[in-house]
Amino acid sequence: MSKSNSPLNDFMNGIWKQNPIFKQVLGTCPTLAVTVSIVNGVAMGLATTFVLLFSSLIISMIKKLIPNQVRIAAYIVVIATFVTIVDIVMKAQFPDLSKALGPFIPLIVVNCIILGRAEAFASKNTVVRSGFDALGMGAGFTLALIVIGSIREILGSNKLFGFVVLPDTVEPMLIFILPAGAFLTLGILFGIANNYEQKKKDKEIQKAITAERSTKLVTAPASVQTETEEA
Amino acid sequence: MELLLIFLSAAIVNNFVLSYFLGICPFIGVSNKLTSAFSMGVATTFVLVLTAVVTWMINNLILLPAGLDYLQYVSFILVIASLVQFVEMFIKKTSQPLYRALGIYLPLITTNCAILGLALFMALRDYSMMESIFFGLGAGTGFTLALVIMAGIREELELADIPKPFRGVPITLITAGLLAMAFMGFSGLI
Repeated sequence: MSKSNSPLNDFMNGIWKQNPIFKQVLGTCPTLAVTVSIVNGVAMGLATTFVLLFSSLIISMIKKLIPNQVRIAAYIVVIATFVTIVDIVMKAQFPDLSKALGPFIPLIVVNCIILGRAEAFASKNTVVRSGFDALGMGAGFTLALIVIGSIREILGSNKLFGFVVLPDTVEPMLIFILPAGAFLTLGILFGIANNYEQKKKDKEIQKAITAERSTKLVTAPASVQTETEEA
Repeated sequence: MELLLIFLSAAIVNNFVLSYFLGICPFIGVSNKLTSAFSMGVATTFVLVLTAVVTWMINNLILLPAGLDYLQYVSFILVIASLVQFVEMFIKKTSQPLYRALGIYLPLITTNCAILGLALFMALRDYSMMESIFFGLGAGTGFTLALVIMAGIREELELADIPKPFRGVPITLITAGLLAMAFMGFSGLI
């Protein structure tokens, strides 16, 4: 997207411009599955960011050693190794969280964000840039998970971070914790994101049109003048 | 009876797509057309059953006796990648039209989380060989079912007047939400 190679740009790209969930539609499976509560969302986001960062670094380091034909298999082995590390550490340090996320920690292996970034970015860029790109993508993914997780937790169980935030008189909408609510929440958020993007684009077009008009206004009298001079 | 229950549970009650969120990418990507959705479902089912057999053997005959269960993820994903490659070669040799119809979707089955998810669930629940096969079959049937229903709805949606920002992915997700609600009705079945 942006032509400048500054690491900050690579980082910011992932947060909105190329947000993995809302712009690239990657990694939807874990997004829908683990966002029952905000804590789960954050844990999943951090775990994915860790795997994304280290696999991007390693892949961009060894990119010249991998023959082109077997590169996908090689990437997947690197990714699976880091996922195994995350899984073992989580089981030992946070057994409750590990149980809540269940098979979705090992399923980070097939999260398309990671393989997608390895193929599209890390295999073509320097180690430093790949690292910042991975951090940005991870941050964008985590932010999206936090947004979806908080909406579902507030509406579905009247809680945020496990604390009650809405009064008892508000009936919790159970549907938002169930699978159907996940699809609905993401669908509506997606629509809002599209709408925002559309409006921004419309504004830019409007700006371009008015800018063109004003330049025309400036040049128009000049052409009129030349015509009269010719006459 | 036990086997039938496993099959039904994986296919309908705990549908892989609509209640476990496995295989959402192809569910959104390939559900534009009824015919390609069906072929995709069949190909995925085939890979699911093969994966069930092979990963069961690897897990129970090699990894567990040798105490190497921390190698599960790496070996499972390698098995799946090579199986998909093998299926692709086989279809290319035997049926050219089918190969052309499936096109790019065939290699993408590797990154379908339903496949690795199946292998992990099997290992987690300690299924026997027979149970694993029926589990794979059920998961594949459920995946095909969800994909075909979705494709049918989306073909109709083409003619509907949807608000502009909601066209494409958002309306698909919302439709999937309504489908998931419908499938919740089956939850008392088992």
